[in-house]
Amino acid sequence: MLLNKVFRAGLRSGIRLQSSAAANAAMSSSHGSLGFSFELTDQQKEFQQLARRFAREEIVPVAAAYDKSGEYPVPLIKKAWELGLVNGHIPQEYGGMGLSIFDSCLITEELAYGCTGVQTAMEANSLGQMPVILAGNDAQKRKYLGRMTEEPLMCAYCVTEPGAGSDVANIKTRAVKVGDEYVVNGQKMWITNGGKANWYFLLARTNPDPKCPASKAFTGFIVEADTPGLTPGRKEMNMGQKCSDTRGITFEDVRIPKENVLIGEGAGFKIAMGAFDNTRPPVAAGATGLAQRALDEATNYALERKTFGKAIADHQAVSFLLAEMAMKVELARMAYQRSAWEVDQGRRNTYYASIAKAFAGDIANQVATDAVQVFGGNGFNSEYPVEKLMRDAKIYQIYEGTAQIQRIIIAREHLGRFKK
Amino acid sequence: MSGRVLVGVKRVIDYAVKIRVKPDNSGVVTDGVKHSMNPFCEIAVEEAVKLKEKKLIKEVVAVSCGPQQSQETIRTALAMGADRGIHVEVAGKDYETLGPLQVSKIMAALAKKEDAQLIILGKQAIDDDCNQTGQMTAALLDWPQGTFASEVSLDGDKVKVVREIDGGLETIKISTPAVLTADLRLNTPRYATLPNIMKAKKKKIANVKPADLGVDLTSRLEVLKVEEPPQRQAGVKVETVEDLVGKLKETGRI
Repeated sequence: MLLNKVFRAGLRSGIRLQSSAAANAAMSSSHGSLGFSFELTDQQKEFQQLARRFAREEIVPVAAAYDKSGEYPVPLIKKAWELGLVNGHIPQEYGGMGLSIFDSCLITEELAYGCTGVQTAMEANSLGQMPVILAGNDAQKRKYLGRMTEEPLMCAYCVTEPGAGSDVANIKTRAVKVGDEYVVNGQKMWITNGGKANWYFLLARTNPDPKCPASKAFTGFIVEADTPGLTPGRKEMNMGQKCSDTRGITFEDVRIPKENVLIGEGAGFKIAMGAFDNTRPPVAAGATGLAQRALDEATNYALERKTFGKAIADHQAVSFLLAEMAMKVELARMAYQRSAWEVDQGRRNTYYASIAKAFAGDIANQVATDAVQVFGGNGFNSEYPVEKLMRDAKIYQIYEGTAQIQRIIIAREHLGRFKK
Repeated sequence: MSGRVLVGVKRVIDYAVKIRVKPDNSGVVTDGVKHSMNPFCEIAVEEAVKLKEKKLIKEVVAVSCGPQQSQETIRTALAMGADRGIHVEVAGKDYETLGPLQVSKIMAALAKKEDAQLIILGKQAIDDDCNQTGQMTAALLDWPQGTFASEVSLDGDKVKVVREIDGGLETIKISTPAVLTADLRLNTPRYATLPNIMKAKKKKIANVKPADLGVDLTSRLEVLKVEEPPQRQAGVKVETVEDLVGKLKETGRI
């Protein structure tokens, strides 16, 4: 590891002056004298350092290979799990770290800088666990969260279907109560970690009456992956984040014990949606990490590549491009940090979470595309790291609530404030 | 044997930072620059923690001499598995002139105070590259030293050290108490895990002043000037061996 370090001293893993790092170094300790603070605590800085080091030294060197092969990054996940970088949200009484959303976001941004495919595989755990953390009873938490901290297991959030993504209320997977069990039939799609999960959070319709409102018609379940009748489909070949495992899942008469119902029959919709307020900030953080990586790669290249007698960074067209990329990255960071901080204060953060996710997803795409542009012909080529970033970025405008859905939410929240 | 190991950790400018010389040539720019634990000190901490995990020693104490910020470096050592820390406060002018002689006096005093069985240091710091502190500490204590260690094994009250020397590897056996300095290949330092970072907050760091240890910090060295190395000149390509010999003679190299 030290040899790698010495090697890499000459390569592109230089220090990036992000607002938090530079500010921390310059200011000694003016904690909270103005009330509002961008200062990280010493512990947060250490967490960030650990994640940064792990990402630069372990993830970055192998990311391109995983992208080409599409192989699930088991060794990386295992190592990250050993370091406590995964499953941050699990409360301490179940063996987890009990990290705040803000702290998890700091870690997520750093890991995403290394590779968002790897980071998504890890983050999908948080999404799958969130319904259980928020709505599970003690026995369920002990059983399903506990096992995640004992071994490096994966879980998945199983809601989307081939016919229903944004329109969750329109999912068709049916769960019928038979004695002490529910029998589930249906088809899910685009489930991250679908083929690797040890258990799933499943949303299924329990009330067949089409007039029944969404808030009462669905139930959240915890389903063990080895339940008979549950069949993951083939690994889907996607544009980007290729090493992440995405699959369709078929449910054929899958029996779930009633002990695995979260809260009670009919409570599922609210649980499924409530998870997002906690998981959208980390997703925004991931998009920010990707954007920062794109910015760093583009900047280093622009300082080396010469054209018309000088470094391309000295040409205003390029320096302005980099300036706008920098603007976007800084703002995305502030947005996700605010949304994470809000939910950690115990407040409903839907407005901020949607703003952060929408903005970070959009700018990640813009910044990655601009990075390819800065690299020119080289950027289009797979020997250089930026084309992967452009391919990886696209999904940030789609999963965890599309860019369009985020705008619906923001408009609703915003207008709601005015209507009062 | 007390089973206590002192590990010295130094806060240095991070290896990846581009060093800049101050305009007045009095030193390098440190303000606002990223600092971290000296890489060889990380290896020293790792070795000490490994010995503790093998139950060959009982306690690992991380020591750092410097200003307030040195505590961050001690915290990193605690997160890696050290049990407690000692921060020897040295600030201002004293810190600017702090060098191996002063640090080795401090380490020697602490070793006596803490009844240490072993002192493990990095072989050198990446800022001054002195490679003196370990050797001086051993001399002040009149203890044996195993420097440039690439392998360490404890055996009762003896230590077997494989040293990296110019000709290859040298194996020596020395008695404890002893001073060891860690070389690159001794081990691969672990990442501090997240749970350990959180646990480290509860571990104690004691504050000590050099005067309390009876150490005089006066430096015998005066830095006259610090300047950048000369810019690397472009090379010249030659076609044949004769050309090469000719050019070398021309420039007076041979």
